[in-house]
This record gives sequence, structure tokens and C-alpha cells, in this order.
Amino acid sequence: MVDTPVLKMTAIRKSFGDVPALTDAALTIRPGEVHALIGQNGAGKSTMIKILNGAYRKDAGEIELDGQPVRFSSPHEAQLGGISTIFQEVNLVHYRSVTENIVLGQEPKKFGMIDWPKAHRRAEEVLQRFGLNLDVRQPLHHCNIAVQQLIAIARAVSFDARLVIMDEPTSSLDSQEKQVLFRVIRDLSAQGVAVMYVSHHLEELFEVCDRVTVMRNGGMIATHEMSDVTKLGLVSEMIGRDANQIAESGATGFGKTHAGSKTVVLELQNLSNGTNVKDASLIVHQGEVVGLAGLLGAGRTETVAMIFGADHPAGGNMAFKEHRSFFREPAEAINAGIGYCTEDRKAEGIIPGLSIRENLTLAMNPRLAKRGVIPRMAEREMVADFIDKLSVKCAGMDQPIRELSGGNQQKVLLARWMATQPDLLILDEPTRGIDVGAKREIQTLIEGLSAAGLSVLMISSEFEELVEGANRVVVLQEGKTIATLTGGDLNEDSLLAAVAGEAEGAAL
Amino acid sequence: MTMTKATDMTGSSASGKMNFGQLARDNGTFLALIALILINMIITPNFLQVQTLYVNLTQVATIAIVAIGMTLVIASAGIDLSVGAVMALSGALAPFVFLSEFGMASPGLALVLSIAVALLAGLLCGMFNGWLINQFAIQPIVATLVLFIAARGLAQVLTNGNLQVFDNPAFEFIGSGRVLGIPFQALMAVAFALILSWVVRRTAYGRYLLAVGGNAKAARLSGISVNRVRLATYAICGVLAGFAGMVVSAINSASDANQTGQLMELDAIAAAVVGGSNLMGGKAPIIGALIGAAIIQLVKYTLLANGVHDAVALIAKAVIIILAVYFQFNRSE
Repeated sequence: MVDTPVLKMTAIRKSFGDVPALTDAALTIRPGEVHALIGQNGAGKSTMIKILNGAYRKDAGEIELDGQPVRFSSPHEAQLGGISTIFQEVNLVHYRSVTENIVLGQEPKKFGMIDWPKAHRRAEEVLQRFGLNLDVRQPLHHCNIAVQQLIAIARAVSFDARLVIMDEPTSSLDSQEKQVLFRVIRDLSAQGVAVMYVSHHLEELFEVCDRVTVMRNGGMIATHEMSDVTKLGLVSEMIGRDANQIAESGATGFGKTHAGSKTVVLELQNLSNGTNVKDASLIVHQGEVVGLAGLLGAGRTETVAMIFGADHPAGGNMAFKEHRSFFREPAEAINAGIGYCTEDRKAEGIIPGLSIRENLTLAMNPRLAKRGVIPRMAEREMVADFIDKLSVKCAGMDQPIRELSGGNQQKVLLARWMATQPDLLILDEPTRGIDVGAKREIQTLIEGLSAAGLSVLMISSEFEELVEGANRVVVLQEGKTIATLTGGDLNEDSLLAAVAGEAEGAAL
Repeated sequence: MTMTKATDMTGSSASGKMNFGQLARDNGTFLALIALILINMIITPNFLQVQTLYVNLTQVATIAIVAIGMTLVIASAGIDLSVGAVMALSGALAPFVFLSEFGMASPGLALVLSIAVALLAGLLCGMFNGWLINQFAIQPIVATLVLFIAARGLAQVLTNGNLQVFDNPAFEFIGSGRVLGIPFQALMAVAFALILSWVVRRTAYGRYLLAVGGNAKAARLSGISVNRVRLATYAICGVLAGFAGMVVSAINSASDANQTGQLMELDAIAAAVVGGSNLMGGKAPIIGALIGAAIIQLVKYTLLANGVHDAVALIAKAVIIILAVYFQFNRSE
């Protein structure tokens, strides 16, 4: 390549207090290249992004954009300079129209007023590049999350960017929407716009990226052409372990060492909620891990929310142990012996301002407290025990939970439910957005819990996790249970067939 | 943004050491109070006299008591605009009881009863606020607007809109009595603060309050009854406002339904915010509210004692609030 690289970062250093986040980071991205940046949580990817887009200031090092040294002091400046960032969480204004969200900050003006017809036209044009034909005058929150995400991307691209940074862009997209996104990425690349692609999903990289850079502990481990590497090779570089070792023990931390007993813990029949859950049935035996599979929108989360009493069903029957009806409130379900680890850690899991300790004991306070007062020593002992057992990486139990990495937050939330000593633990995407190392630890933990007699109902979109981790997998499609896979029938091909089934083309 | 957090974490907490800037930011409110006192020592005549201290302690107590309750409500991600009106209602109810025929006949019992009725009125008002917010999912700022108007109206009806003057030394002790030379209501303010900050730190209720304010959805999914926590919180706030209303009546030896607690909601919110409360909820700096109240009071006093017009004092108060919010914003970054 003789071209000047679109981006060249060299010898970047950044510390927070005494703790180095980036030690000697470097990255070169060629024009029109789709460049993947991968690494475990805490490897320094986010710090790289934030330094690049001006959210953080670097301590040392050089950044060149198209051969010119640059120094951005805010994301807005970076955007004007040609670097657009799309964050993991959709960052738009919900109650305003699609158009407003797209043109925000660069509205076409006429006599000092916004030229609405032109704005709408521009929004439509931008969205058409993504194959999206929708009413740009409708409020954004009328669109589903996947469409919102595409709108966020459309917005970023509309800034005539030289480099688009995508941080986990597919986390809320289904497979069809992903294909749309990949097509857009290829279009961008054909137009000479470079894409920096940050993702935990390694398969995606092989589909869409040209090169990949692996980070670990604040430094660069290697940069490869995608065609020269294997998934296993990348994983071993990310976690710094030998590839053969990983191949031997499987890609997940599950080993499926035991089967459940015959005692039924939970039985759910013909559950419906009047909207997207229509006829969901499932059985969980004691000590069993039951997987719940399905596409985005199949009604998996809605189903478990009703089991837990967080939502109210329109029809169906449920029996949990000797309890013969639905729970009216989560508090009832918890008392009866159910725990529920939600998919969205930030919105429904952690209390960000409270400490690890306070978050961990939140669900078991009624049992811990004596006449309303929480015994300090007993609480600290219990929390220390869990931090130790689950090897939660933290500065101490009084550290605010928001400061932990995703994997460690998830461990604390798991501990929150383990502390209530439930009979049934419901896990919704327990390893989503978590780095490879912590993922395996959590999977091993789940395995251990079920071996000890706990029943687990686990929603997962990762087939590997379901096939290797679950004794049985119940497949939901458009709110209906359409298959239950066990034993020899449970493999990735059969699961894919069941999940995709007739639902092809039904999504979006 | 899970990954972001991973890197952030290394930043803010692992760095353990405290530098001066950090210290100033974490204790900004306290330092501001010290600075105010120092400034006053220089510019305000007769500032360092015991009399000045008494005046300020007497006046700050009501703001502090209401601000403590407001801090709890704000911690639940709510707001209570009705506190001033509740003060007027309770402040009018107490004399209403001991000035009645029954009250004249058995003054001892009437005193106890009048205090009980005033506090009960505060409690019921608070519970009504909580109930409105829970039952109809109304935003707190709108829900508490109901009693902001109605409670004062009720107080005015009770007193026919007139000043109710009384002479009841036992009751007046609440507003002008001294224990060991310190104004009774100032001691009560400190007592309330100590008790409630203990409650926040050590009880399950306190934990629930912060959880509900920090993330109501997650709190419910952890088995917490969000409605009960809210009800209790507004009830506590109501009782404290009721108490403050009695203090004002006791100081004046009269209840004034029109004036008692006027603009108190703003003073209390300001004190809470200056004390470090976050209007998004999830934090309950009770002792901070106490210091915040002291700052608000001292600024008022400084301007008054230096002959600055009342209207200007209001502007000064606004500036303090802006500064508090500004510093809070920087803190949360």
C-alpha cells in the first residue's frame, strides 16, 4: 500500500491516576479499510476510541489523520474533522422525529430557519443507502431498536466521515439486519471511507473486516490480514492462552458433566401476553440447564419476565414447585425461590451509584436484615466470600459497581441471586457483551451451580453456549414453543434449523 | 458501554491517593461554608457575637429540617413542592387544637394532642403525595403541586385567613426554648439529621431508598416494593415539614397561614442540592443538606446584615444554586 494511511496512531499512552490504560498503543488504518479492533474488556479498546474521538486526552503519542497530525478536544471536533463514532448504546433523541435525529447539528437552513422539506429529503436519502424506507417524520421511538441503530449509523455516516468507528454495532441487530449493516460497511469501504470495527463477535469479523488488530493489557499484540487468521488464533491472542489448550476444553466454559433429575421444578403451559408471546410452554427439572433459543423478537425475554412476575400474562398456566399460579410481583417470585438475571445489566441490573456490596446483597436484604437493620459484619463477610469465590476484580467491596467492567458487573449480579439461594435461576443472555475470559468463568460457574442441584433457565443467542451448556433447549418462534431439542438432537445445525425455520424473512 | 467502564474503573478509584483538588471537590460544600464564615468575620459587623449565632441557628433550623426530608425525597428520584404549604397547615393546626375549648380546659393534654395532630397532618399529606405518585404514576413535581396549593388553602380556611395569635409558653418552647444554651429546634435539626443518616446507611429501608432512586426498574426486579419505599419517603418528608411548621408558629407565637413556609420548597431543594443531592436520585447526603441549609441561611444573613436589599438576596440565592449544580456536574464527570 503506497497510500497515506487514513489514520496513524503511534506510541499512544494514557493513564488514569496511577493505572495505565494504554502503554504503547499504535494503530494504522488504510483508506477504505474495514479494520477490526478486538480485545478483552479492559484491554484498552474503549480508551483508544475515546482518545481518537476527543473524549479523552492522551498522555503521549501521535495521531495523524490523512498524514496530518490532529488533536481533537471533543467528539464534536472529531466529527467535523472526519471521525464519526457510533456507540454501543443507541444515543439518539427518542421523542423527536427520525429526520431531526439524522440532521441534528447540521440542519439545512433557510433564512435562519430549518428548511424542513430539505431536511426530510436528506434524511430519506441517507436512509435509502441502508435500504431503509420509512416515514422520517415519525418519532424515533416508534422504530424498533434495530432500526434505531441503523439510524444512528446513518447519522454518523452522513457527516462525510473519513473514518467511522463502530463500537459493537450488531449487539441489537438480528441476522438479516446484520447483513444490511455489512452491506453498508462494504459500500462505505468502496467509497474510500475507513471503518474501525469493534466487536466481541469474532464470526462477524471474518465476514466484513479486512484486517484485525488484537489488543491486550493496553498494548497491541498483533495485526493480521483476516485471511491469515483463525478464530481460535484470535481468541488465544486475546486471552493470552495457548490455542491448543482452548481447542481441547471447548470454546465455552461448559462441560455438561451431569444431567438433571426427574423432579419438575417449573412447568409453564400455553403462556401468552396478548402481544408477542402466544403459546409458550416449557418444563425445567431440578439440576437441569434449560436453554431458551429464538430470534430477536421471538418473545424469550417476555416469557421469562412473566415467569418472574415482572410482567403479567394474558393466559396460560404456571406451576413452580408447590406454587400453582403466576407471581404477581418479582418479590413473590424471589420469596418462592427464583432469581432473574436480566439481559440489560445497565437498565435493569445494577444500581450504578451503589457499591458492589450494596448491589450484591440487594435481593437478599429481607433475609439479612434484623428488624430492618442490616448487620454490618455479616454483610461484609458474605460479600467478601462471593467476591473471592467468583474472583470479582475490584478495588474493594465499597467501590461503586458502575466502575467495574461488564464481566465483573455480571459476576456481582449473579452473586446477588446466588445469595438468595434460589431453586431456579433465570439468566437472560448471561454472557452478552462480556470478554472471553470472564465469559468462560461465568459459564463454568453456571455449570457448577447446576451440578449442585440448581435449576437454570438460560436465554442465549449464542448457539455454542446453548449446545455446550444446556441439557435441553426450548426453541421459541414468534412467541410459540416450536421445538425442544435434547441429547443427540441438540447440535448447532439442528438448533439453527429450528430457530430459523419458517421464521426466515419474518424479522424487521 | 461495558468496555468503557472497564477503562474508567482504572481511572477514578484505583488511584487511591487524594490530591488537594479532589479534596476540594469532595468537600466543596463544607469549604464553601468555612469561606462564608471567614468572609463574614471580615465584612459583617458584630458577626462574632453569640447573639449572631443564636439568630442564625434559630432561623436555619426550619430550612435544615425540611431540607433533610427533601433530601430523602430527592434520593428517591422525586421532589416535594408541598413542604411549605404543609408547614402552613401544621403550623395552623397545632394552635387550633390548644386554642379550642377543650384545649383551654385541659392544657397539658391539649399540648401533646396539638403536636400529635400537627405531625399527623404532615404524615397524611406526605402519604397523600406518595399515594398520588404511586397510584396514578404522576410525576412527583406535578403530584405535589396539588398539596402545594390545597394544603395552604386548607390552613387558610382553618384560620379564616387571619393571624392566630396565642400565648402558650410550653408550645413556644419548640421555637424559642434553649437546651444547654442552644436553640431547641437547632438541636432537633441535628437529631433528625443524625437519625436519618443512620437510617440511610444502616437499614434495609435506606438501601431500598437509594436503589429505587438509582434504578427503580432494577430495584423492583430485586424484589423491592418501589411503591412502599416512595410512600414511606414522602411520609417522612411530610412529618418533618409538619414539625418545621410548628417551629415557625412557636417562634412567632402566632400561626400565619399566608406566610408560614412561603418559598420553603425552594430553600429546601436548594439546601439539598448545595449539600450534594443529585436530582436524578440515588444519593442521600443528609449531613450535606444540613451544611447546605447553613450556607443558604448564612448568605441571606450576610446580605441582610450588610444592608443589601431583599430582592438582591434572592438573586444571590439563585447564584448559589447554579454554582452548586455546576460543581455537582463536574463531580459526576
